[in-house]
Amino acid sequence: MATDLGIDQSQEIGDINKYNFRTESQAVFKARKGLDEEIVRQISEMKNEPEWMLDFRLRSLEIFNAKPMPSWGGEIDIDFQDIYYYLKPSDGQEKSWDDVPQEIKDTFDKLGIPEAEKKFLAGVKAQFESEVVYGSLKEDLAKQGVVFLDTDTAVREYPDLVREHFGKVIPPSDNKFAALNSAVWSGGSFIYVPPGVHIEFPLQAYFRINAENMGQFERTLIIVDEGASVHYVEGCTAPMYSSESLHSAVVEVVCKRGSRCRYTTIQNWANNIYNLVTKRAMAYGDATMEWVDGNLGSKLTMKYPAVYMMEPGARGEILSIAFASQGQHQDAGAKLVHAAPHTTGQIVSKSISKNGGRSSYRGLVRVEKDAKHSKCNVVCDALILDPQSRSDTYPYIEILDQDVSIGHEASVSRIGEEQLFYLMSRGLSESEASTMIVNGFIEPLVKELPMEYAVEMNRLIQLQMEGSVG
Amino acid sequence: MTHVLKIENLHVSVNGKSILRGVNLTMNHGETHALMGPNGSGKSTLGLVIAGHPGYEVTEGSITLDDQDILDLEADGRARAGIFMAFQRPISVPGVKMADFLRHATTNVRRPDRKEGEELIAMREFRKELKQKMEQLRMDPEFARRYVNDGFSGGEMKRAEILQLAMLQPKFAILDETDSGLDADAVRLASSSIAEIGREKMGLLIITHHDKLLEHNPPEFTHVMLGGRIVETGGVDLAQELHSQGYDRIRQAHPDAERANQEMTSDDQAELAVG
Repeated sequence: MATDLGIDQSQEIGDINKYNFRTESQAVFKARKGLDEEIVRQISEMKNEPEWMLDFRLRSLEIFNAKPMPSWGGEIDIDFQDIYYYLKPSDGQEKSWDDVPQEIKDTFDKLGIPEAEKKFLAGVKAQFESEVVYGSLKEDLAKQGVVFLDTDTAVREYPDLVREHFGKVIPPSDNKFAALNSAVWSGGSFIYVPPGVHIEFPLQAYFRINAENMGQFERTLIIVDEGASVHYVEGCTAPMYSSESLHSAVVEVVCKRGSRCRYTTIQNWANNIYNLVTKRAMAYGDATMEWVDGNLGSKLTMKYPAVYMMEPGARGEILSIAFASQGQHQDAGAKLVHAAPHTTGQIVSKSISKNGGRSSYRGLVRVEKDAKHSKCNVVCDALILDPQSRSDTYPYIEILDQDVSIGHEASVSRIGEEQLFYLMSRGLSESEASTMIVNGFIEPLVKELPMEYAVEMNRLIQLQMEGSVG
Repeated sequence: MTHVLKIENLHVSVNGKSILRGVNLTMNHGETHALMGPNGSGKSTLGLVIAGHPGYEVTEGSITLDDQDILDLEADGRARAGIFMAFQRPISVPGVKMADFLRHATTNVRRPDRKEGEELIAMREFRKELKQKMEQLRMDPEFARRYVNDGFSGGEMKRAEILQLAMLQPKFAILDETDSGLDADAVRLASSSIAEIGREKMGLLIITHHDKLLEHNPPEFTHVMLGGRIVETGGVDLAQELHSQGYDRIRQAHPDAERANQEMTSDDQAELAVG
């Protein structure tokens, strides 16, 4: 368009405390606090699960109890007995927003979910505490055999498909928090895209923690069959309470030959949430897996989306943005495993630290023996806004084959006096100027987001930046 | 009302080192002034101090705009009051589109009381104006979509500065070596662009070595700076003389200022933030 001068709306500013509200909501069932075999059995029974899933949970609980806390990353100070592991907010999942209990619907209304669904989504899941309370999928997609369910329902309705892949990409023994999730998981999304089906608009899930001392353990499994494609988006928020809550999800993705999956996350947790998430994808021949991961808020986030490139031609791309402010530690990064020849990987990580926040990039690139002619490029840039803030980089590279090409670049910069002065000399206030510099810094990633999420991302950055300049 | 920018007995230091040593300069709206002088004499510093660079300490003297003291204002306050400086070396801001940056800047300058978060000027109106200004300056519309000064050639940077000048319509503009690093054609384009924007609509302080810029924008006043002071003021003929004959006569006529100038240029720090 000739008149388009490249202006977008992303600098517009919305209301400020959009996410920090609490809804008075009566759960229909609340398990007692604490974690033991009885609680795990209770969850499984509530969900009317098959025997194999109960066994899986109990085995996972043993692994969780046996595994020590991770000795790296951030400081985790969680009393596992002081958390509610299961909280059922309503009697069932609704297909119409009108049928969702009013106080829960109000929550999602405030978050703009029903409106977004009307405008640009192919399907929606809304999870409140432990359970998905609303679900929809466009009719034509259902007719083509696309499945978009909460994972609990999928266990009942597609037992074979679920059983084939569940816990295979990320076994419970992978890490302590994957084991925890495996023991007490509830909700999350299950997606199956049949061979050759391309889903044009994103499928979205929204995860909301509303209760205090709550643990949310959603479990997402995505299977993209041969030559198919899907874009899945998840958003997460929680209000502010005085004591910590825990979000510990597991996301498994299987990209079969020639398929494509993009998984976009924008998390904006209150800063008393521990956000300890394991995400991993297996990409087979010529398949492409992309993680776009935006991490704002939380007390501590530890999250390293991974792609295992299992067959020739597989591609893995990870774009990560982390923003750490006062009292926050973002230990975010990425993991790429080249397990076959002619595989291509890319990691782009951008982190911002302000007001004493700490952000770390932690990344692993591993090239297996015989993964010849594989290529991988890692770029991580950090922007530090003030002297109190901190940024660290922990790049790990393990190369077992010589015939590969690996690049790594890292930069750390501070917002320069000259940049600020330049913008201010054009009439921008110091805080507007800083916000603009930060938005510019993450622009290469934000432009990968669909318009609606790009606007949201810039708005979130804006909120994080408010009052950042003393 | 005629706007007046008045600089009186201005003394400025950086890291305790004196750079401006009593500058006096009065500019009226509609006038064009040339500021010339050998390297390190303090020309760029004067521009940066007027614009409000935080790295300089004003130890004595005043700068007023229409009798309002602007020294207490930060750079953004001065821009909103009507001061503009075209940078000698513009700073790049990767990831920020020219158009977004300019829409923000234009809004703030035109609505000096705007609080952060309040609405920007309407998109349609802004686009139309920007498009028209870019056509006038013979700029590719694609320019608006590029990141501020990021990967710009020398000529593109200078034209971007002139575009900002055209959009912000300041009361007083300082052009710091807007012609440096440009070839003859680019200089001609830059100087005719400034003339087209309408130099009668503002007060212009042109810091330059080049006569081309002044050819299209003949100054009513030429000031020569040496050793942190304005040592001579004349008309357009003074600019021509300096351009053709250099500063030898000035240096000999003002031995004190020449000594100060040598002192200043012997120290690398004098170059600090000149860019």
